[in-house]
Amino acid sequence: MNATALRPTSSVESPAAPRAIALRTEKLSAYYGTAQAVGDVDLTFEVGAVTAIIGPSGCGKSTLLRCLNRMHETTPGARASGRVLLGDVEVYAPATDPVEVRSMVGMVFQKPNPFPMMSVYDNVAAGPRLRGWKMTRREMDDLVERNLRRAALWDEVKDRLHRSGAALSGGQQQRLCIARALATDPSVVLMDEPCSALDPIATYKIEELLRDLSHEVTIVIVTHNMQQASRVSERTAFMLAADDGVGRLVEFGKTDDLFTMPKDPRTEAYITGRFG
Amino acid sequence: MTVTVTAIAPTSTIPMRHRVVVRRRVAETVIVGLLLVATLVAVALLVTILGYVILRGLPAINVAFFTERPKPFGEVGGGVAPGLIGTLLLAAVSGAIAIPVGIAAAIFVVEYRSGRFSAPVRFAAELIAGLPSIVIGVFVWALLVRGLVGHYAAIAGAVALAVIMVPIVARTVEEVLKLVPNSLREAALALGAPRWKVILRIVLPTARAGVLTACILALARSAGETAPLLLTALGNDFFSTDLLRPIGALPLAIYRYAISPYDDWHTKAWGASLVLVVVIGGVGMLLRVVARQRVR
Repeated sequence: MNATALRPTSSVESPAAPRAIALRTEKLSAYYGTAQAVGDVDLTFEVGAVTAIIGPSGCGKSTLLRCLNRMHETTPGARASGRVLLGDVEVYAPATDPVEVRSMVGMVFQKPNPFPMMSVYDNVAAGPRLRGWKMTRREMDDLVERNLRRAALWDEVKDRLHRSGAALSGGQQQRLCIARALATDPSVVLMDEPCSALDPIATYKIEELLRDLSHEVTIVIVTHNMQQASRVSERTAFMLAADDGVGRLVEFGKTDDLFTMPKDPRTEAYITGRFG
Repeated sequence: MTVTVTAIAPTSTIPMRHRVVVRRRVAETVIVGLLLVATLVAVALLVTILGYVILRGLPAINVAFFTERPKPFGEVGGGVAPGLIGTLLLAAVSGAIAIPVGIAAAIFVVEYRSGRFSAPVRFAAELIAGLPSIVIGVFVWALLVRGLVGHYAAIAGAVALAVIMVPIVARTVEEVLKLVPNSLREAALALGAPRWKVILRIVLPTARAGVLTACILALARSAGETAPLLLTALGNDFFSTDLLRPIGALPLAIYRYAISPYDDWHTKAWGASLVLVVVIGGVGMLLRVVARQRVR
Protein backbone atom coordinates (compact mmCIF):
# COMPACT_ATOMS: atom_id res chain seq x y z
CA MET A 1 0.00 0.00 0.00
CA ASN A 2 1.28 3.36 -0.94
CA ALA A 3 1.00 5.23 2.31
CA THR A 4 2.44 8.49 1.03
CA ALA A 5 -0.30 8.99 -1.54
CA LEU A 6 -2.92 8.94 1.18
CA ARG A 7 -1.14 11.55 3.25
CA PRO A 8 -2.53 15.09 3.20
CA THR A 9 -1.17 17.03 0.28
CA SER A 10 0.30 19.59 2.64
CA SER A 11 2.87 17.04 3.76
CA VAL A 12 4.72 17.30 0.47
CA GLU A 13 5.26 21.02 0.87
CA SER A 14 8.86 22.06 0.75
CA PRO A 15 10.57 21.71 4.10
CA ALA A 16 12.02 25.17 3.57
CA ALA A 17 8.74 26.72 4.71
CA PRO A 18 8.19 25.47 8.26
CA ARG A 19 4.61 25.77 9.37
CA ALA A 20 3.33 27.65 12.35
CA ILE A 21 3.03 25.86 15.65
CA ALA A 22 -0.53 25.41 16.89
CA LEU A 23 0.27 23.76 20.15
CA ARG A 24 3.45 23.19 22.11
CA THR A 25 4.28 21.45 25.36
CA GLU A 26 7.33 22.07 27.51
CA LYS A 27 8.31 19.70 30.29
CA LEU A 28 4.69 18.62 30.62
CA SER A 29 4.12 16.18 33.46
CA ALA A 30 0.85 14.70 34.68
CA TYR A 31 -0.06 13.08 37.97
CA TYR A 32 -2.91 11.10 39.46
CA GLY A 33 -2.65 11.89 43.15
CA THR A 34 0.99 11.19 43.93
CA ALA A 35 1.51 8.78 41.02
CA GLN A 36 3.17 10.36 38.03
CA ALA A 37 1.75 9.22 34.67
CA VAL A 38 3.53 11.48 32.19
CA GLY A 39 7.02 12.92 32.58
CA ASP A 40 8.63 15.95 30.96
CA VAL A 41 7.15 15.77 27.50
CA ASP A 42 8.25 18.34 24.93
CA LEU A 43 6.17 18.25 21.77
CA THR A 44 5.16 20.62 18.99
CA PHE A 45 2.01 20.30 16.91
CA GLU A 46 2.02 22.10 13.58
CA VAL A 47 -0.93 24.04 12.25
CA GLY A 48 -3.01 22.06 9.79
CA ALA A 49 -1.27 18.75 10.35
CA VAL A 50 -2.22 15.43 11.85
CA THR A 51 0.09 14.39 14.64
CA ALA A 52 -0.23 10.89 16.02
CA ILE A 53 0.76 9.78 19.51
CA ILE A 54 1.46 6.06 19.67
CA GLY A 55 2.65 3.74 22.36
CA PRO A 56 1.64 0.64 24.30
CA SER A 57 -1.23 0.64 26.82
CA GLY A 58 -0.52 2.61 29.96
CA CYS A 59 2.22 4.77 28.44
CA GLY A 60 0.33 7.93 29.31
CA LYS A 61 -0.65 8.94 25.78
CA SER A 62 -4.32 9.53 26.62
CA THR A 63 -3.35 11.38 29.80
CA LEU A 64 -1.00 13.58 27.79
CA LEU A 65 -3.79 14.33 25.34
CA ARG A 66 -6.16 15.26 28.15
CA CYS A 67 -3.58 17.68 29.54
CA LEU A 68 -3.63 19.65 26.30
CA ASN A 69 -7.16 21.00 26.90
CA ARG A 70 -7.13 20.77 30.69
CA MET A 71 -9.55 17.84 30.75
CA HIS A 72 -7.01 15.91 32.83
CA GLU A 73 -7.76 17.95 35.94
CA THR A 74 -11.47 17.07 35.82
CA THR A 75 -10.49 13.66 37.22
CA PRO A 76 -10.46 13.97 41.03
CA GLY A 77 -6.91 14.19 42.32
CA ALA A 78 -5.35 14.71 38.91
CA ARG A 79 -3.00 17.57 38.13
CA ALA A 80 -0.40 18.62 35.61
CA SER A 81 2.79 20.66 35.64
CA GLY A 82 4.96 22.21 32.96
CA ARG A 83 3.86 24.41 30.10
CA VAL A 84 1.34 24.08 27.29
CA LEU A 85 1.15 26.85 24.72
CA LEU A 86 -1.92 27.08 22.54
CA GLY A 87 -0.92 29.68 19.98
CA ASP A 88 0.19 32.39 22.37
CA VAL A 89 -2.14 31.31 25.18
CA GLU A 90 -0.40 29.93 28.23
CA VAL A 91 -2.79 27.02 28.95
CA TYR A 92 -1.66 26.43 32.55
CA ALA A 93 -1.25 30.07 33.57
CA PRO A 94 -3.21 30.86 36.77
CA ALA A 95 -5.20 33.51 34.89
CA THR A 96 -6.25 31.10 32.13
CA ASP A 97 -9.79 29.81 32.45
CA PRO A 98 -9.94 26.07 31.61
CA VAL A 99 -13.38 26.60 30.09
CA GLU A 100 -11.85 29.05 27.60
CA VAL A 101 -9.10 26.57 26.73
CA ARG A 102 -11.62 23.82 26.10
CA SER A 103 -13.63 26.08 23.85
CA MET A 104 -10.58 26.54 21.62
CA VAL A 105 -9.65 22.86 21.57
CA GLY A 106 -12.21 20.27 20.51
CA MET A 107 -12.14 16.69 21.72
CA VAL A 108 -13.36 13.36 20.38
CA PHE A 109 -13.42 10.42 22.74
CA GLN A 110 -12.68 6.73 22.47
CA LYS A 111 -16.29 5.62 22.65
CA PRO A 112 -18.83 7.61 20.64
CA ASN A 113 -20.73 9.69 23.20
CA PRO A 114 -23.52 11.67 21.53
CA PHE A 115 -25.95 13.21 24.02
CA PRO A 116 -28.62 10.47 24.12
CA MET A 117 -31.60 12.72 24.82
CA MET A 118 -30.75 15.03 21.94
CA SER A 119 -31.45 14.76 18.24
CA VAL A 120 -28.71 14.70 15.60
CA TYR A 121 -29.33 18.42 15.03
CA ASP A 122 -29.22 19.29 18.73
CA ASN A 123 -26.03 17.34 19.23
CA VAL A 124 -24.23 19.47 16.65
CA ALA A 125 -25.85 22.63 18.04
CA ALA A 126 -24.94 21.66 21.62
CA GLY A 127 -21.55 23.39 21.69
CA PRO A 128 -22.76 26.80 20.45
CA ARG A 129 -25.79 26.58 22.72
CA LEU A 130 -23.82 25.54 25.80
CA ARG A 131 -21.53 28.48 25.19
CA GLY A 132 -24.48 30.81 24.82
CA TRP A 133 -23.79 31.93 21.24
CA LYS A 134 -26.53 34.26 20.06
CA MET A 135 -27.68 32.84 16.74
CA THR A 136 -30.83 32.97 14.67
CA ARG A 137 -32.60 29.77 13.76
CA ARG A 138 -31.30 30.16 10.23
CA GLU A 139 -27.69 30.64 11.27
CA MET A 140 -27.94 27.57 13.48
CA ASP A 141 -29.40 25.52 10.59
CA ASP A 142 -26.45 26.59 8.45
CA LEU A 143 -23.94 25.82 11.17
CA VAL A 144 -25.40 22.35 11.72
CA GLU A 145 -25.40 21.54 8.02
CA ARG A 146 -21.90 22.90 7.46
CA ASN A 147 -20.42 20.85 10.29
CA LEU A 148 -22.29 17.67 9.41
CA ARG A 149 -20.84 18.09 5.92
CA ARG A 150 -17.36 18.63 7.34
CA ALA A 151 -17.79 15.38 9.26
CA ALA A 152 -18.98 13.63 6.05
CA LEU A 153 -22.26 12.74 7.74
CA TRP A 154 -24.73 15.16 6.13
CA ASP A 155 -25.89 12.89 3.32
CA GLU A 156 -26.57 10.04 5.72
CA VAL A 157 -28.55 12.02 8.29
CA LYS A 158 -30.12 14.94 6.43
CA ASP A 159 -33.51 13.19 6.46
CA ARG A 160 -33.42 12.39 10.16
CA LEU A 161 -31.90 15.46 11.73
CA HIS A 162 -34.53 15.46 14.44
CA ARG A 163 -34.25 11.83 15.37
CA SER A 164 -32.15 10.69 18.30
CA GLY A 165 -28.39 10.73 17.76
CA ALA A 166 -28.18 7.53 19.76
CA ALA A 167 -30.07 5.67 17.00
CA LEU A 168 -27.18 6.03 14.53
CA SER A 169 -24.59 3.31 13.94
CA GLY A 170 -21.35 3.42 15.92
CA GLY A 171 -19.36 4.94 13.08
CA GLN A 172 -22.05 7.52 12.38
CA GLN A 173 -22.20 8.37 16.08
CA GLN A 174 -18.46 8.97 16.11
CA ARG A 175 -18.70 11.24 13.06
CA LEU A 176 -21.57 13.02 14.82
CA CYS A 177 -19.23 13.57 17.74
CA ILE A 178 -16.63 14.94 15.33
CA ALA A 179 -19.25 17.30 13.86
CA ARG A 180 -20.17 18.35 17.40
CA ALA A 181 -16.52 19.05 18.21
CA LEU A 182 -16.05 21.02 14.98
CA ALA A 183 -19.20 23.09 15.44
CA THR A 184 -17.55 25.54 17.81
CA ASP A 185 -14.69 26.16 15.37
CA PRO A 186 -11.80 24.93 17.48
CA SER A 187 -8.29 25.51 16.15
CA VAL A 188 -7.17 22.12 17.44
CA VAL A 189 -9.08 18.85 17.70
CA LEU A 190 -7.85 16.14 20.05
CA MET A 191 -8.86 12.57 19.31
CA ASP A 192 -8.45 9.82 21.87
CA GLU A 193 -8.39 6.50 19.98
CA PRO A 194 -11.46 7.57 17.99
CA CYS A 195 -11.66 4.32 16.01
CA SER A 196 -10.96 1.72 18.66
CA ALA A 197 -14.67 0.99 19.13
CA LEU A 198 -15.43 0.89 15.40
CA ASP A 199 -15.38 -1.71 12.65
CA PRO A 200 -12.86 -1.47 9.76
CA ILE A 201 -15.24 0.27 7.34
CA ALA A 202 -16.26 2.92 9.86
CA THR A 203 -12.59 3.29 10.75
CA TYR A 204 -11.70 3.80 7.11
CA LYS A 205 -14.32 6.53 6.77
CA ILE A 206 -13.01 8.36 9.82
CA GLU A 207 -9.42 8.14 8.59
CA GLU A 208 -10.49 9.55 5.26
CA LEU A 209 -12.26 12.33 7.12
CA LEU A 210 -9.15 13.11 9.17
CA ARG A 211 -7.11 13.62 6.03
CA ASP A 212 -9.69 16.07 4.66
CA LEU A 213 -10.06 17.89 7.94
CA SER A 214 -6.34 18.32 8.48
CA HIS A 215 -6.37 21.15 5.92
CA GLU A 216 -8.53 23.27 8.17
CA VAL A 217 -7.76 22.20 11.73
CA THR A 218 -4.81 20.87 13.65
CA ILE A 219 -5.44 17.29 14.70
CA VAL A 220 -3.78 15.33 17.46
CA ILE A 221 -4.73 11.67 17.46
CA VAL A 222 -3.87 9.09 20.07
CA THR A 223 -3.90 5.58 18.68
CA HIS A 224 -2.58 2.18 19.57
CA ASN A 225 -2.93 1.18 15.95
CA MET A 226 0.41 1.78 14.24
CA GLN A 227 -1.00 1.27 10.77
CA GLN A 228 -3.52 3.98 11.50
CA ALA A 229 -0.78 6.35 12.64
CA SER A 230 1.19 5.70 9.47
CA ARG A 231 -1.91 6.16 7.30
CA VAL A 232 -3.25 9.40 8.70
CA SER A 233 -0.45 11.32 10.35
CA GLU A 234 2.39 13.50 9.16
CA ARG A 235 4.24 13.38 12.41
CA THR A 236 4.31 10.71 15.06
CA ALA A 237 5.33 10.78 18.68
CA PHE A 238 6.21 7.49 20.36
CA MET A 239 5.71 7.26 24.10
CA LEU A 240 6.75 4.54 26.49
CA ALA A 241 6.30 4.00 30.20
CA ALA A 242 9.56 3.36 32.02
CA ASP A 243 9.86 0.89 34.90
CA ASP A 244 8.77 3.65 37.29
CA GLY A 245 5.40 3.79 35.47
CA VAL A 246 6.03 7.28 34.12
CA GLY A 247 5.26 7.71 30.43
CA ARG A 248 7.94 9.64 28.53
CA LEU A 249 8.45 10.71 24.96
CA VAL A 250 10.90 8.38 23.27
CA GLU A 251 10.94 9.67 19.74
CA PHE A 252 9.18 12.34 17.72
CA GLY A 253 9.52 13.02 14.05
CA LYS A 254 8.07 12.67 10.59
CA THR A 255 5.84 9.62 10.45
CA ASP A 256 7.71 8.19 7.46
CA ASP A 257 11.06 8.52 9.17
CA LEU A 258 9.84 7.15 12.47
CA PHE A 259 8.37 4.05 10.88
CA THR A 260 11.14 3.39 8.34
CA MET A 261 14.27 4.39 10.18
CA PRO A 262 13.58 4.85 13.88
CA LYS A 263 16.45 6.42 15.76
CA ASP A 264 15.73 4.83 19.09
CA PRO A 265 16.05 1.06 19.51
CA ARG A 266 12.92 1.06 21.70
CA THR A 267 10.90 2.61 18.88
CA GLU A 268 12.20 0.00 16.50
CA ALA A 269 11.34 -2.77 18.91
CA TYR A 270 7.78 -1.42 19.28
CA ILE A 271 7.02 -0.85 15.61
CA THR A 272 8.39 -4.21 14.62
CA GLY A 273 6.09 -5.78 17.17
CA ARG A 274 8.61 -7.02 19.67
CA PHE A 275 6.52 -5.68 22.56
CA GLY A 276 3.41 -3.70 23.33
CA MET B 1 2.76 -53.75 17.47
CA THR B 2 0.24 -54.97 19.93
CA VAL B 3 -2.25 -52.70 21.50
CA THR B 4 -3.60 -53.57 24.87
CA VAL B 5 -7.12 -52.41 25.37
CA THR B 6 -8.22 -52.04 28.94
CA ALA B 7 -11.86 -52.56 29.39
CA ILE B 8 -13.69 -49.69 30.99
CA ALA B 9 -16.61 -50.45 33.22
CA PRO B 10 -19.11 -47.64 32.72
CA THR B 11 -22.02 -49.29 34.39
CA SER B 12 -21.57 -47.70 37.80
CA THR B 13 -21.10 -44.11 36.65
CA ILE B 14 -24.35 -43.63 34.78
CA PRO B 15 -26.76 -44.34 37.65
CA MET B 16 -24.54 -42.15 39.85
CA ARG B 17 -24.88 -39.23 37.48
CA HIS B 18 -28.53 -39.93 37.12
CA ARG B 19 -29.04 -39.61 40.84
CA VAL B 20 -27.21 -36.25 40.83
CA VAL B 21 -29.38 -35.02 37.99
CA VAL B 22 -32.57 -35.99 39.76
CA ARG B 23 -31.49 -34.32 42.96
CA ARG B 24 -30.56 -31.14 41.04
CA ARG B 25 -33.93 -31.06 39.33
CA VAL B 26 -35.79 -31.51 42.59
CA ALA B 27 -33.79 -28.70 44.17
CA GLU B 28 -34.52 -26.50 41.16
CA THR B 29 -38.25 -27.17 41.40
CA VAL B 30 -38.32 -26.49 45.14
CA ILE B 31 -36.42 -23.19 44.81
CA VAL B 32 -38.54 -21.96 41.89
CA GLY B 33 -41.63 -22.97 43.84
CA LEU B 34 -40.52 -21.01 46.90
CA LEU B 35 -39.77 -17.94 44.79
CA LEU B 36 -43.17 -18.23 43.17
CA VAL B 37 -44.89 -18.45 46.56
CA ALA B 38 -43.00 -15.37 47.80
CA THR B 39 -43.97 -13.44 44.69
CA LEU B 40 -47.59 -14.50 45.01
CA VAL B 41 -47.67 -13.40 48.65
CA ALA B 42 -46.35 -9.97 47.69
CA VAL B 43 -48.78 -9.59 44.80
CA ALA B 44 -51.66 -10.96 46.85
CA LEU B 45 -50.96 -8.44 49.60
CA LEU B 46 -51.06 -5.58 47.10
CA VAL B 47 -54.20 -6.86 45.40
CA THR B 48 -55.93 -7.48 48.75
CA ILE B 49 -55.18 -3.99 50.08
CA LEU B 50 -56.16 -2.28 46.83
CA GLY B 51 -59.19 -4.53 46.39
CA TYR B 52 -60.38 -3.98 49.94
CA VAL B 53 -59.96 -0.20 49.68
CA ILE B 54 -61.89 -0.19 46.41
CA LEU B 55 -64.58 -2.54 47.76
CA ARG B 56 -65.17 -0.56 50.96
CA GLY B 57 -64.49 2.87 49.48
CA LEU B 58 -66.50 2.70 46.26
CA PRO B 59 -69.92 3.02 47.98
CA ALA B 60 -68.80 6.38 49.38
CA ILE B 61 -67.91 7.78 45.98
CA ASN B 62 -70.44 10.17 44.47
CA VAL B 63 -70.39 13.75 43.22
CA ALA B 64 -71.11 15.19 46.66
CA PHE B 65 -68.11 13.33 48.06
CA PHE B 66 -65.82 15.41 45.85
CA THR B 67 -67.66 18.72 46.06
CA GLU B 68 -69.05 19.02 49.57
CA ARG B 69 -67.46 19.68 52.89
CA PRO B 70 -68.02 17.27 55.81
CA LYS B 71 -71.39 17.41 57.52
CA PRO B 72 -71.62 18.26 61.21
CA PHE B 73 -70.75 15.49 63.61
CA GLY B 74 -73.07 12.51 63.27
CA GLU B 75 -74.99 13.60 60.20
CA VAL B 76 -75.16 11.44 57.07
CA GLY B 77 -73.74 12.81 53.80
CA GLY B 78 -71.11 15.37 52.99
CA GLY B 79 -67.72 14.92 51.36
CA VAL B 80 -64.01 15.40 51.60
CA ALA B 81 -63.58 18.33 49.20
CA PRO B 82 -61.68 20.56 51.67
CA GLY B 83 -59.30 17.68 52.44
CA LEU B 84 -58.75 16.99 48.75
CA ILE B 85 -57.98 20.63 48.03
CA GLY B 86 -55.80 20.78 51.13
CA THR B 87 -53.79 17.72 50.14
CA LEU B 88 -53.19 19.09 46.64
CA LEU B 89 -52.21 22.52 48.01
CA LEU B 90 -49.92 21.01 50.65
CA ALA B 91 -48.31 18.79 48.01
CA ALA B 92 -47.75 21.78 45.71
CA VAL B 93 -46.27 24.01 48.42
CA SER B 94 -44.16 21.32 50.08
CA GLY B 95 -42.99 20.13 46.66
CA ALA B 96 -42.04 23.67 45.68
CA ILE B 97 -39.91 23.88 48.82
CA ALA B 98 -38.47 20.36 48.95
CA ILE B 99 -37.84 19.44 45.32
CA PRO B 100 -35.38 22.25 44.48
CA VAL B 101 -33.59 21.78 47.80
CA GLY B 102 -33.40 18.01 47.38
CA ILE B 103 -32.19 18.18 43.78
CA ALA B 104 -29.64 20.83 44.69
CA ALA B 105 -28.33 18.67 47.53
CA ALA B 106 -28.05 15.66 45.21
CA ILE B 107 -26.20 17.71 42.59
CA PHE B 108 -23.88 18.98 45.28
CA VAL B 109 -23.11 15.48 46.52
CA VAL B 110 -22.64 13.87 43.09
CA GLU B 111 -21.25 16.58 40.84
CA TYR B 112 -18.99 18.21 43.41
CA ARG B 113 -17.93 14.91 44.91
CA SER B 114 -14.45 16.09 45.75
CA GLY B 115 -15.89 18.96 47.80
CA ARG B 116 -15.33 18.98 51.54
CA PHE B 117 -19.03 19.23 52.40
CA SER B 118 -20.27 16.42 50.21
CA ALA B 119 -20.03 13.68 52.87
CA PRO B 120 -21.67 15.76 55.67
CA VAL B 121 -24.55 16.67 53.33
CA ARG B 122 -25.20 13.03 52.54
CA PHE B 123 -24.96 12.10 56.22
CA ALA B 124 -27.45 14.82 57.17
CA ALA B 125 -29.89 13.63 54.53
CA GLU B 126 -29.66 10.10 55.89
CA LEU B 127 -30.25 11.30 59.44
CA ILE B 128 -33.34 13.31 58.49
CA ALA B 129 -34.67 10.38 56.46
CA GLY B 130 -34.39 8.25 59.59
CA LEU B 131 -36.34 10.62 61.81
CA PRO B 132 -39.87 9.49 62.74
CA SER B 133 -42.34 11.82 61.04
CA ILE B 134 -44.03 12.70 64.34
CA VAL B 135 -40.71 14.09 65.58
CA ILE B 136 -40.54 16.31 62.51
CA GLY B 137 -44.11 17.36 63.27
CA VAL B 138 -43.22 18.27 66.87
CA PHE B 139 -40.20 20.22 65.65
CA VAL B 140 -42.20 22.23 63.10
CA TRP B 141 -44.94 22.73 65.70
CA ALA B 142 -42.39 24.28 68.07
CA LEU B 143 -40.71 26.31 65.32
CA LEU B 144 -43.73 27.60 63.39
CA VAL B 145 -46.98 26.88 65.20
CA ARG B 146 -45.72 28.08 68.59
CA GLY B 147 -43.04 30.30 67.09
CA LEU B 148 -42.99 32.24 63.84
CA VAL B 149 -46.61 31.83 62.72
CA GLY B 150 -48.15 31.67 66.16
CA HIS B 151 -51.00 29.30 65.36
CA TYR B 152 -51.85 26.17 63.35
CA ALA B 153 -51.40 26.94 59.64
CA ALA B 154 -51.21 25.24 56.25
CA ILE B 155 -47.72 26.60 55.72
CA ALA B 156 -46.51 24.78 58.85
CA GLY B 157 -47.94 21.56 57.42
CA ALA B 158 -46.21 22.19 54.11
CA VAL B 159 -42.89 22.81 55.84
CA ALA B 160 -43.25 19.60 57.85
CA LEU B 161 -43.98 17.63 54.67
CA ALA B 162 -41.07 19.35 52.92
CA VAL B 163 -38.69 18.25 55.69
CA ILE B 164 -39.86 14.68 55.11
CA MET B 165 -39.48 15.01 51.33
CA VAL B 166 -36.02 16.62 51.09
CA PRO B 167 -33.99 13.53 52.02
CA ILE B 168 -36.14 11.28 49.83
CA VAL B 169 -35.62 13.55 46.81
CA ALA B 170 -31.94 14.05 47.60
CA ARG B 171 -31.08 10.40 48.02
CA THR B 172 -33.08 9.15 45.05
CA VAL B 173 -31.81 11.88 42.71
CA GLU B 174 -28.29 11.16 43.91
CA GLU B 175 -28.58 7.55 42.73
CA VAL B 176 -30.07 8.70 39.43
CA LEU B 177 -27.32 11.26 38.77
CA LYS B 178 -24.70 8.59 39.43
CA LEU B 179 -26.21 6.59 36.56
CA VAL B 180 -25.52 9.38 34.04
CA PRO B 181 -22.41 8.22 32.16
CA ASN B 182 -19.35 10.29 32.91
CA SER B 183 -18.57 10.33 29.19
CA LEU B 184 -21.47 12.76 28.69
CA ARG B 185 -20.12 15.14 31.30
CA GLU B 186 -16.72 14.95 29.64
CA ALA B 187 -18.17 15.56 26.19
CA ALA B 188 -19.95 18.68 27.42
CA LEU B 189 -16.95 19.96 29.37
CA ALA B 190 -14.75 19.44 26.32
CA LEU B 191 -17.15 21.59 24.29
CA GLY B 192 -16.18 24.46 26.54
CA ALA B 193 -19.26 24.48 28.73
CA PRO B 194 -18.95 25.72 32.31
CA ARG B 195 -19.69 23.11 34.94
CA TRP B 196 -23.07 24.50 36.03
CA LYS B 197 -24.30 24.43 32.43
CA VAL B 198 -23.11 20.86 32.02
CA ILE B 199 -25.24 19.95 35.04
CA LEU B 200 -28.34 21.93 34.06
CA ARG B 201 -28.33 21.27 30.31
CA ILE B 202 -26.81 17.79 30.01
CA VAL B 203 -26.81 15.85 33.27
CA LEU B 204 -30.28 16.75 34.58
CA PRO B 205 -32.08 16.33 31.20
CA THR B 206 -30.39 12.95 30.73
CA ALA B 207 -31.60 11.88 34.18
CA ARG B 208 -35.01 13.50 33.68
CA ALA B 209 -37.12 10.36 34.04
CA GLY B 210 -35.33 9.32 37.21
CA VAL B 211 -35.55 12.79 38.72
CA LEU B 212 -39.30 12.84 38.08
CA THR B 213 -39.64 9.42 39.66
CA ALA B 214 -37.82 10.72 42.72
CA CYS B 215 -40.23 13.66 42.98
CA ILE B 216 -43.26 11.38 42.63
CA LEU B 217 -41.88 9.07 45.28
CA ALA B 218 -41.40 11.95 47.69
CA LEU B 219 -44.82 13.48 46.91
CA ALA B 220 -46.54 10.12 47.33
CA ARG B 221 -44.81 9.52 50.62
CA SER B 222 -45.65 12.96 52.00
CA ALA B 223 -49.23 12.94 50.70
CA GLY B 224 -49.92 9.99 52.97
CA GLU B 225 -48.37 11.52 56.09
CA THR B 226 -50.82 12.10 58.94
CA ALA B 227 -48.92 12.52 62.18
CA PRO B 228 -46.98 15.69 61.37
CA LEU B 229 -50.09 17.32 59.90
CA LEU B 230 -52.05 16.79 63.15
CA LEU B 231 -49.52 19.05 64.86
CA THR B 232 -49.15 21.63 62.09
CA ALA B 233 -51.96 21.93 59.53
CA LEU B 234 -54.44 20.72 62.17
CA GLY B 235 -57.25 19.99 59.70
CA ASN B 236 -60.17 22.10 58.58
CA ASP B 237 -63.69 21.05 57.63
CA PHE B 238 -64.24 24.33 55.80
CA PHE B 239 -62.90 25.27 52.41
CA SER B 240 -59.63 27.13 52.74
CA THR B 241 -56.65 27.92 50.57
CA ASP B 242 -55.14 30.35 53.05
CA LEU B 243 -51.63 29.22 53.89
CA LEU B 244 -51.79 31.01 57.23
CA ARG B 245 -54.97 29.22 58.40
CA PRO B 246 -55.43 25.58 59.34
CA ILE B 247 -56.16 23.39 56.33
CA GLY B 248 -57.68 19.98 55.77
CA ALA B 249 -55.92 17.02 54.17
CA LEU B 250 -57.08 13.60 53.02
CA PRO B 251 -55.11 11.65 55.65
CA LEU B 252 -56.62 13.90 58.34
CA ALA B 253 -60.08 13.32 56.86
CA ILE B 254 -59.47 9.56 56.88
CA TYR B 255 -58.33 9.73 60.49
CA ARG B 256 -61.31 11.81 61.62
CA TYR B 257 -63.86 9.69 59.77
CA ALA B 258 -62.29 6.43 60.86
CA ILE B 259 -62.31 7.20 64.61
CA SER B 260 -65.96 8.27 64.51
CA PRO B 261 -68.67 5.91 65.75
CA TYR B 262 -70.86 6.13 62.58
CA ASP B 263 -71.03 3.55 59.78
CA ASP B 264 -71.59 6.24 57.15
CA TRP B 265 -68.44 8.00 58.30
CA HIS B 266 -66.49 4.74 58.25
CA THR B 267 -67.47 4.30 54.63
CA LYS B 268 -66.31 7.85 54.03
CA ALA B 269 -62.93 6.98 55.56
CA TRP B 270 -62.63 4.16 53.03
CA GLY B 271 -63.75 6.49 50.26
CA ALA B 272 -61.15 9.07 51.24
CA SER B 273 -58.50 6.31 51.30
CA LEU B 274 -59.49 5.30 47.79
CA VAL B 275 -59.28 8.91 46.59
CA LEU B 276 -55.85 9.30 48.20
CA VAL B 277 -54.56 6.16 46.49
CA VAL B 278 -56.01 7.20 43.14
CA VAL B 279 -54.65 10.76 43.38
CA ILE B 280 -51.13 9.57 44.21
CA GLY B 281 -51.22 6.79 41.61
CA GLY B 282 -52.74 9.08 38.98
CA VAL B 283 -50.20 11.86 39.43
CA GLY B 284 -47.44 9.28 39.33
CA MET B 285 -48.60 7.75 36.08
CA LEU B 286 -49.16 11.13 34.46
CA LEU B 287 -45.62 12.24 35.28
CA ARG B 288 -44.23 8.96 34.04
CA VAL B 289 -45.93 9.39 30.68
CA VAL B 290 -44.57 12.93 30.42
CA ALA B 291 -41.09 11.72 31.33
CA ARG B 292 -41.15 8.99 28.72
CA GLN B 293 -41.62 11.44 25.87
CA ARG B 294 -38.21 11.89 24.29
CA VAL B 295 -36.52 12.20 20.94
CA ARG B 296 -37.31 9.29 18.68
